[in-house]
Parts: sequence; structure tokens; C-alpha cells
Amino acid sequence: MIARLLSACALLAVCMSSVTIADAAELVIALGADVTSIDPHNNNAAPNNSIAEQIFNKLIENDARQNPQPGLAESWRTVDDLTWEFKLRRGVKFHDGSDFTAADVAYSIERPGIINTPGGFTIYTRSIIEKTIVDPYTIRLKTATPYPNLPTDMAGLIIVSSKAARGATNADFDSGKATIGTGPWKFVRYAKGDRIELARNDNYWGPKPVWDKVTFRLITSDPSRIAALLSGDVQMIEVVPTADFAKLKSNKDITVFTTISNRMIHLHLDSNRDKSPFVTDKAGKPLEKNPFKDARVRKAISKAINRNAIVERVMEGLAIPAGQLMPEGFFGVSPNLKPEPFDPDGAKKLLAEAGYPDGFGITLHGPNNRYVNDDQIVQAVAQMLTRVGIVTKVETLPFSVYVSRANKVEFSAALLGWGVTTGEATYPLRSLIATYNQAKGLGTWNWGRYSNPPMDGLLEQALATVDNAKREKLLQQATELVINDTGLIPLHYQVNTWAARKGLTYAPRTDERTYAHEVRPAP
Amino acid sequence: MPVFIIRRLLQSIVALLVMSALIFVGVFAIGNPIDILINPQADQAEIARATAALGLDKPMWIQYWDFLRHALSGDLGRSFSQNIPAVQLIFERMPATLELALCAMLFAILLGIPLGLVAGMKPDAWFSKAIMAGSILGFSLPTFWVGLMMIMVFSVSLGWLPSTGRGHTTLLLGVPVSFLNWDGLTHIMMPALNLALFKLSLLIRLTRAGTREAMLQDYVKFARAKGLSMRRIVGVHVLKNILIPIVTVIGLEFGSLIAFAIVTETIFAWPGMGKLLIDSINVLDRPVIVAYVLIIVCMFVAINLLVDILYSLLDPRVRLAEARA
Repeated sequence: MIARLLSACALLAVCMSSVTIADAAELVIALGADVTSIDPHNNNAAPNNSIAEQIFNKLIENDARQNPQPGLAESWRTVDDLTWEFKLRRGVKFHDGSDFTAADVAYSIERPGIINTPGGFTIYTRSIIEKTIVDPYTIRLKTATPYPNLPTDMAGLIIVSSKAARGATNADFDSGKATIGTGPWKFVRYAKGDRIELARNDNYWGPKPVWDKVTFRLITSDPSRIAALLSGDVQMIEVVPTADFAKLKSNKDITVFTTISNRMIHLHLDSNRDKSPFVTDKAGKPLEKNPFKDARVRKAISKAINRNAIVERVMEGLAIPAGQLMPEGFFGVSPNLKPEPFDPDGAKKLLAEAGYPDGFGITLHGPNNRYVNDDQIVQAVAQMLTRVGIVTKVETLPFSVYVSRANKVEFSAALLGWGVTTGEATYPLRSLIATYNQAKGLGTWNWGRYSNPPMDGLLEQALATVDNAKREKLLQQATELVINDTGLIPLHYQVNTWAARKGLTYAPRTDERTYAHEVRPAP
Repeated sequence: MPVFIIRRLLQSIVALLVMSALIFVGVFAIGNPIDILINPQADQAEIARATAALGLDKPMWIQYWDFLRHALSGDLGRSFSQNIPAVQLIFERMPATLELALCAMLFAILLGIPLGLVAGMKPDAWFSKAIMAGSILGFSLPTFWVGLMMIMVFSVSLGWLPSTGRGHTTLLLGVPVSFLNWDGLTHIMMPALNLALFKLSLLIRLTRAGTREAMLQDYVKFARAKGLSMRRIVGVHVLKNILIPIVTVIGLEFGSLIAFAIVTETIFAWPGMGKLLIDSINVLDRPVIVAYVLIIVCMFVAINLLVDILYSLLDPRVRLAEARA
């Protein structure tokens, strides 16, 4: 409501404003989330990583569609089933002028395990049991078991300077003393909760940024971020609220950029317990049997959901109906899966077949401050389910409360969003679908405790298959098993949005990153 | 006086203990910080490691006991999400909030008291009615809405002032402040006025009520009969008499300005403590939340003490030793 009002005023205002793109040498970008640390190994959170990845490099970089590209490693291959070899880029210099060599890689792999932080990066390094520096530009990494995902892991780990970062604390990175990278930007200043300033690295090994200087302003309030763009205080913003998107798009001083996100919004159904806490009959009495154990009931729920309506009405067109775990083009996506068509009659029929001709009652839980329009999505789904006879109550909670309860499997039906940061299918399969297994580290986020042993078998096989083509086939099969059995219910993929003053272009990214060096003057 | 101060300090220690226990239990009841902080790629073993690293695997009362032990030596814990001592984090952000609150309070006092006096002395004049109508608006319009409207008008439409953020800072006695240069001033103007609006209305109404009451008092009549100028009557006699409730309110409201500038800080992307608190609550960063509340409690205690002392200076009839706070 406020946002709408604001954009109405904004349109009016734009006619009067006479702001132009500031000096081309300097770029100001407003970010939508708080950056809490400059130490690239401190907290594995997207806003922090996005900044770190502009000052530092990784062995393997992801392109805008999250395909792996050579970064500080020029090439990589398996020597045998247990050993990966990375050939490093020659002639790369750190910001302090020192040479980048294999010693820096070895230290960067050690560091996450030495420093003690909560959202650590050891998940990328724990598989490595031995590091061998063959020569300054070749390093071999050994794993205990065949481990095809090592390149994916290396696309998540920042390479720091072993000289500058050794013994450095968090504060040393925040002050810039230890913030010595190889990336396109040099660190200038970090003011907590306010801004980050970077300057161009003129010795960068890749394409150099066109701007001399970039300032990232941290403006977490949506309307304020838009106002900053409209007033010309900043030249680009990320995370445009869906309600304001159409207005910005029709504004002649603004250009918007969108692309599909790696984030899939889906529902988990409590599908393994005999009794489920929030399933009742229509009168509200707890049910003796858990209907979600029956695959037909799960399928019926999927059929009852009108994904196109959610995308058009709730998301104002800024989403894409989802039929599996990741959008097209990612590694392991099955060509055979399409979004479940809206079919309320089919849903009713399936419910009747499963023994619930009159339906039943559930409470659907969701967060209300995490994903784009999350509480409205939950409400829309509840109405759709009620129409096929599953009387659905809605309860939404702040994410901090919600996630703790969901991790304890306290809900019967719950909404979750999953950003596939790795760009390949083992990650969602392992976390969301695999049978919960503490010892193996599987099913950590399997909120429905769904279990499908044949799928577990395929996944385990894939996790140990180094051959890319074979692994992709296995992952596709595993995904098909899950989706055809409705192990979870995909709703939609989010769309990532940016908006900039006229005269700038940005190559939008699936991984929600905002890279200043990818912002260029429009041709 | 010393007895009074000592008693106050003892009371504040009890307040601190109760507050810390309340927050501890409160945050514990909300959820597990690890669930939010941990990267979703982490598996169960990694989660267990991180939980142990933050000491969250211990029972709550042991965690609280650990906290108390460390607190006695001045260590209120490290932020979960930023791995920096919580107190340091808060003090880094404090100058920004303090200068915002100070500017807002100045706005409120310098505008509120004169306007209130005017409205109180000539209650039937049109400008008095306009002032009172304005104060009703200041009371009833929500801060965030007014803030957004100010941004729309002064930044987006007119382009006079920067929309958000804190301007260039300079060092004053080693503390970075932004009100000593033009860029900083243009940045602080809107948020300060936005934050001041409610207090401004409050002061107008308080001053007006006090003035109207005082103007009917015998001492004013007597002063007039004596032939004193209006300026002297109002400036010395009336003002001094109505100032006691106003000073109390200013003191208390100044505390709340600092502690609860959250909405304004969020709208104007002002890098102060309020924004830090909101961010910390969102990720259940308990050390920061606890430290923040304890610091705020200390601040309120100090301000109350100051107000009481000011009282005794303004009105010699008040004796601190007898006051029971």
C-alpha cells in the first residue's frame, strides 16, 4: 500500500526531476541487505559473499547463469578418482603487488577450518584430506572418496593472500589491512551498516571495470531504496519490490533488468509420520492417519495449486511456475518434467481414490519476512486447497521463529525457498529430499522427512560419479523419481530484479549477485 | 545527595539483572540462532560444530551463568553473526544515533517551547490555532509515512536534500560526527526533523498548557501590576515556573529518542544503533540484543539521575535526599 502510494508520487516526481547520471567515473549502487563483515571466510551469507567476490577471486568463477568458468585456476582435471589437479593462472598479482601462487590456495583451503565462525566455509574444504603443491602454479587436492563436486566447492571458496590474511582478525579485514585480493576492485572503506567503497584494480588480470570508484550503499528499506534511485542519489538498486516494478518499468528515466533466479519456492508435506500435528478432519479434530503418507494426496495438492495465478496475481508476473528443483539450464535438470497443470477436478478425484472424498483440514505454515511475498503465497495456496476440499488454515511467522520450529519438524505443511547456489542438482536433492540421516549429513532441510530409498540410491551413486555425463543422467533420474512421487511441491522460481538510471546496463545474474564490474554504460 | 545517588545505582543493578535475564529467556524462546546463521549447505555435523563454537549446545541456565561471569569482567559477549565484541559493535554505531537524537531534540526544543509559549499566551489567535492543529498532525501521523513523504518531496521532487544515508564525517574529540560540515548537515536535516516531529508536538502542547495555567497565577498578575515588561514576565517568571515538567519530559524523551530511533534510522538508512538492533533481532544475535538493552537501561538510569539533579537546581524546594525514585 505504502509502496504503491510511493510509486504514484514517484511517477509524478520524475516529470519534475532533472537528475542525470553522475560522473561516469563513479558508480553508486544501493544494496538491499546488510553486509556484516568483509572477512571472506567469516560468514557464508549471500550479501557478504557478493562483496567479497568483487575484491577477491575464486579458483572457479560462476558466470551469470552459474556455469563454472576459469577463475584463478586456468584448468582443472582429475588425476585419478581421488585426486583433482588445478593449473593456476600465471602473472596474477594481489592488490599489494605480490604474486599469486599455489601457497595462497593452500592457505585459503586451511583458513576456514582455523578460524572459528558460525556460518563457516568448511563445507567447501572438509572433503579435502591432503594438499600437494606440485609447483607454484599447480596444486593437487586429494579426497577420501571419489568426489566430483570439488570444482563446485572451489567455486564457493574465496582465495586470500597467505601473507596478508595469516593471523588476521575480522577487524583487520573490516579496516582493510588484510583485505588484499586479486579481484577487479580494491578495498577502500567499510562503514558498518552504511556503505562499502571500492576502487578499480588497474592490474586486474581479467576485463577491467569501467568505473574508477564504486560505492555500495546499504539501504535495506524498500521504499527508501527506490527513492534513492529516483532522486539520483544512487545509480542502481537491487531487489526491486514486486509492487513497484511495473511503475519503475514504465518510467522513462529508469531501466530494469530481470532474470530467473536459482531460488525455488516450494512446500514440504509431513509425509513419513503416522500422525501429523496439524492435520485434522473438517471439524478440527486430529486425524488418526496422516494423509500425506499417500502419494496420491500429495499429488492432489500439487494439482489443486494454480501456479499461473500465483505468478500473475501474487508475484505480479515476477516469477516462473516451477516443475522441478532448479530452472532450465542448470546441471541435472530433467527435460521430461513440466510444472504440474492446474486441475482441481483431477485433485478431487485423487483425494477420493485415496479415501478422502470429503477432504480434511490442515494448517499451512510459512514465513512472513523471508521470500518475496511469502505470506501472500501461503494465503493463495490455502484458498486453492480449500476449494478442492482440504480446508486450510494459515499461520505465518517471522523467519527467525519459523525456521527453528520447522527444523524440529513441528509443521504438517510448510513453505521454504531454496537458492541453488551451487548451480547443480546434488545440493537440493541432498538437502531437501534425501532421507534424513544425521551420520551421512543428508536431508538436513527435509522438513517433511520424505523418504524415497531408490532416490537415495541414485543420489549416492551420483555423489561418487566423477564422469559428468553419467552424473547428470543419474541426477535427472533422481529428480524425476522425486517429482513424480511428489516428494515436495515446487511452486515457482523467483525472478531477480535490478533497476538503474537510464544509460546503464547490467547483465542480470541467477545467483542474485550485484557485481559493480558488470555494470556498464549503455552502448 | 550521595546517599540518593548510591541508592539509585543499587536499584539500577537490579534493573540490569532482571533485564538481562528477561532478554536471555526471550531470545531463547524465539528460536535457535544457528538455524538462521548457518549456510543452508551445512550438514548436521557442521551445524553441531557451529552450535558448539557459539556455546549454544549448553543448557540455558549455564549459558546465562557464563554470560554473567563474563559480564562482571566487562565482557558482554561477541556478536554471533559478526564475530566482534557486541559492546564494540554498539559503541561504533552510537555516535550516529546520538547526533541524530541530539539534533532532533534541538529541533524539538528550539521550535517547540517558543511555539508553545506563543500558543499559550494568545490562545485565540489564528496562528495559535494553526500551531495546535499542526501539533495534532505531528502526534497522529506515523513516523515512517512522514519520513517517506519528506523523501519524496525534498529529494525526489525538489532535489534539495539527499534522500538517505549519513554524510561525510569529521572527528570531534576522536568521535566521528557529521554535523560539522555542509554535506553532513544536509544529510542529517530530514531524519532529525522526522525524528523530532513527535517530540516537537509534545513540547508545544506541554508548554502551551503550562503557560496558560501560569498566566492566570497571582505572581503574573502581580508582576504585571508592578509594570514589568511582558518579555520579562514570560522570559523569566513564567518560563522558570513551567520548566520543571518540561525538563522531565525532555529527559525521558531524549532517552526514548536514542533507544527507539529505529523507524527513522531504517527509512533514512541511517547507520545507527537502532538499525543494528533490528538487524540483530532478525538473526537472533543474542549477545548484541542483550548488550544493547543493558546499555539502554544504563542510559535511562543516567538520564533520570541527571533530570533529578536538574530538578533540584531549578526548584530549590526539591531535596534529593528525600526523593524516593
